[in-house]
Amino acid sequence: MSQLVYLVPLLPLAGFLINGLLRKSLSKQAVSIIGCGVILIAFLISLGLFFQVKANGPIIQTYFNFIDIKGLNIPFSFQVDALSVLFMLIITGVGFLIHVYSTSYMHEESTPHFARYFSFLNLFVFSMLLLVMGGNYLILFLGWEGVGLCSYLLIGYWFKNTDYNYAAKKAFIMNRIGDVGFLLGIFWLVAKLGTLTYGNVFAAAGNLSAVDVTGITILLFIGATGKSAQIPLYTWLPDAMAGPTPVSALIHAATMVTAGVYMIARSNILYSMSAVTENVIAIIGIATVLLAATIAIKQNDIKKVLAYSTVSQLGYMFLGLGVGAYNGAVFHVMTHAFFKALLFLGAGSVIHAMGNEQDIRKMGGLRKYMPVTHITFLLGCLAISGIPPFSGFFSKDEILAAAYAKNPVLWVLGVAGAALTAFYMFRLYATTFLGSFRGTHDQEHHLHESPAAITLPLIALAILSVIGGWIGIPAVMIPDANAFHHFLQPVITTEAIAEMPHATEWLLMVVSVAVAVIAILIALGKFTKRPELNEPQGLGGFLAHKWYIDELYDAVIVNPLNALAGFFKNIIEKSGIDGIVNGVGRFILYSSRQVRLVQSGQVGSYILFMVLAIIVLVLIWINDGYIYTYLSKIF
Amino acid sequence: MPIQYYIYLSLALFCIGIAGVLTRRNAIIIFMSVELMLNAVNLLLVAFSKMHHAVATAVDKVNNVGTDGQIFVFFVMVVAAAEVSVGLAIIVMMYRNAHSVDVNFLNRLKN
Amino acid sequence: MNVIQVLFWILSAMALVSALMVLLSKNPVHSVLWLVAVFFAISGHYILLNAQFIAIVNLIVYAGAIMVLFLFVIMLMNLNKDTEPQKNIWMKLAGAISAGCLLMILVSLIKQAPELQAKTAMMNEGGIGLIANLGKALFNTYVVPFEISSILFLSAMVGAVVIGKKD
Repeated sequence: MSQLVYLVPLLPLAGFLINGLLRKSLSKQAVSIIGCGVILIAFLISLGLFFQVKANGPIIQTYFNFIDIKGLNIPFSFQVDALSVLFMLIITGVGFLIHVYSTSYMHEESTPHFARYFSFLNLFVFSMLLLVMGGNYLILFLGWEGVGLCSYLLIGYWFKNTDYNYAAKKAFIMNRIGDVGFLLGIFWLVAKLGTLTYGNVFAAAGNLSAVDVTGITILLFIGATGKSAQIPLYTWLPDAMAGPTPVSALIHAATMVTAGVYMIARSNILYSMSAVTENVIAIIGIATVLLAATIAIKQNDIKKVLAYSTVSQLGYMFLGLGVGAYNGAVFHVMTHAFFKALLFLGAGSVIHAMGNEQDIRKMGGLRKYMPVTHITFLLGCLAISGIPPFSGFFSKDEILAAAYAKNPVLWVLGVAGAALTAFYMFRLYATTFLGSFRGTHDQEHHLHESPAAITLPLIALAILSVIGGWIGIPAVMIPDANAFHHFLQPVITTEAIAEMPHATEWLLMVVSVAVAVIAILIALGKFTKRPELNEPQGLGGFLAHKWYIDELYDAVIVNPLNALAGFFKNIIEKSGIDGIVNGVGRFILYSSRQVRLVQSGQVGSYILFMVLAIIVLVLIWINDGYIYTYLSKIF
Repeated sequence: MPIQYYIYLSLALFCIGIAGVLTRRNAIIIFMSVELMLNAVNLLLVAFSKMHHAVATAVDKVNNVGTDGQIFVFFVMVVAAAEVSVGLAIIVMMYRNAHSVDVNFLNRLKN
Repeated sequence: MNVIQVLFWILSAMALVSALMVLLSKNPVHSVLWLVAVFFAISGHYILLNAQFIAIVNLIVYAGAIMVLFLFVIMLMNLNKDTEPQKNIWMKLAGAISAGCLLMILVSLIKQAPELQAKTAMMNEGGIGLIANLGKALFNTYVVPFEISSILFLSAMVGAVVIGKKD
């Protein structure tokens, strides 16, 4: 089985090449089969690898020397251990379902664009697999950049819309800012340790000084804030909803945005050495949770709500990483992948049925038209709200328990965030599926349940959302039932064990669930009959405008930069650089026009110049013989 | 005679030739100035030939050092004669085409 | 001052004056005649240097053949004072001044040259300029260039005919 490791990323790459290069000659059916098939095979191989890793421990495959210079050897290697095989299963598993979903969702596109979509999607899966399977930070970085590229390509998939292109550029640039930090962190590692291979880095981590560890981890974390949409680089993710909905589900909810969590969980040995970094991560995580959750309350675009919800849930993962609950964070990545992919695909199903309408104020009462979508969406909402026994409850509870052990204030804020989460999710649910239909008569006429290619992935993901949490049942409920911890044990060696009385733990669970249930009831009561249809005022308006963060960034960073660029373009470039360049040209033109007069074509003047030159040469020769000695040196 | 005298004479003739080339526009006069310069050089060659012969004779009574210089003068004359025949043919040709012997008409290379 | 010196100065003065007159004459025919005078003066110098062969050849080839050719051409074209093209006065001045500068520089150069101090040219004696001596050199050492010069003449003749013929 371990000989097949390289096939896992290679198959999606092959799919990308085939679909991308033959997009004009393949039929939609062939494209679908190739696109989905390679992911399915990769998933099956990953499944085989999972069992092998479970039985025999990690597999490390080295293929060739990627960079081999004096003092630095970076092999091209794959490391398949518990953590990466878990991510591989999420990526290929959820990825496969979303591919299947896409075959129906994107069916109205013309064939070459349909193939382009699938080739990009396959390329994304390839990059993401490279990211999680890489045996060192450099391969991780390659995948890291690859997924950024695919994100850009897929957000701007409908490239004829200028706003979408701006959204794509915004995502790309925001990611780039984070990547600079990531790259600097890698350079720092190379400078201090001379290696990037995980095993060697973690073995030698003890030699690093406190400043080095803090610097490296903060820089890597900056990369993670860009990729995983944390404060202050989160604003690209809501705009990234410009892409097709399955893309939002796969890239901007389930997989790519969790790359930062993967990277930090992978480097848990480094991160646990720096208390400063852990505190920074925890604070940024909880701040992101609350900021994004408050914004989500007032959004009316179905995908925007889910996008801010994603930012908020990613904040929970970082809170978990910050308080040392690496297992909890990775666990939340997994459950979040299930229920958030489910919610996005459900939203996509709704948007599809509504004829590309995304405003929830024009929906309502969809329950009776789209039963499967309704049920699965409700299950997703319950899961994200942390209601037992759905998957979200177990992962969120694990993070909150660790937060309480670290600092009760973090727990209080976390529970507040959970309440907000439950509130906005059920606001969304109630406004969309309950009450009466508020769209046009034409839309109502066309409302229908989506085809099987869409509902089957929804059902599969709904099942996973319900039962996915059961592999991580906390010890306080059933002792030794936490298979998840056990499986990740070899990779995550620095888990902070939250030691507290069982009674306290039970109390925490009950309080968080109770708060969530109250929030759900309030939301259902408030929005089922009288959904918010007016433009929000006051504080609500402030939240609806996303805390004016985009405007703040525009004012503080974008506009000054534009002004500076304008200054350089109009003043320095036009008058300075152009002036010099044109001046040189003008000088040459002018002087050559003057010198040209010498070439009068008159024999007499030529002879005169000849005589004058002879005089000058003789004079030079008489005076010091310099020219003569110079020439004699040459010849 | 001191050799410098001959050199000065030759230089003076040579520079008069140059002045002729520089100041006149008549192609035939310019050509004649060139002949003048050639003759200045011939004179100098013969003078040097005799100078070397004088130096050699002081050592050995019977010698023919300096013959080369005069042979050289002979060949210069040969070449000059050939050159004059072709050059005058060109001037005649030029006169036939331009009805003038002004060298400033020979500026077609300019464009 | 012996006879040789007197002759030297007379011939030198005659050569220089005639050369200047070549330039200063307005009429090309006069220029040719002054040039012939220069050649005679130079031939006189050759005789003083006892280079009899060169002197005779100079008279025959230059003063005789070449200058007659010049005269022939000038008269054929009917060139005279009126048709003489005139140069810009400034160009004339520049030409004269630069020629003068060259003369001045070269003279100063010769004055300083240590190799030429106290060297004299053998006057009125020495046999190397005689026909017997030069003839031996010409037909032994320099026979190949001599033959080549005949080819040069042939080609010059052909060239002159080709250029000069009416087309």
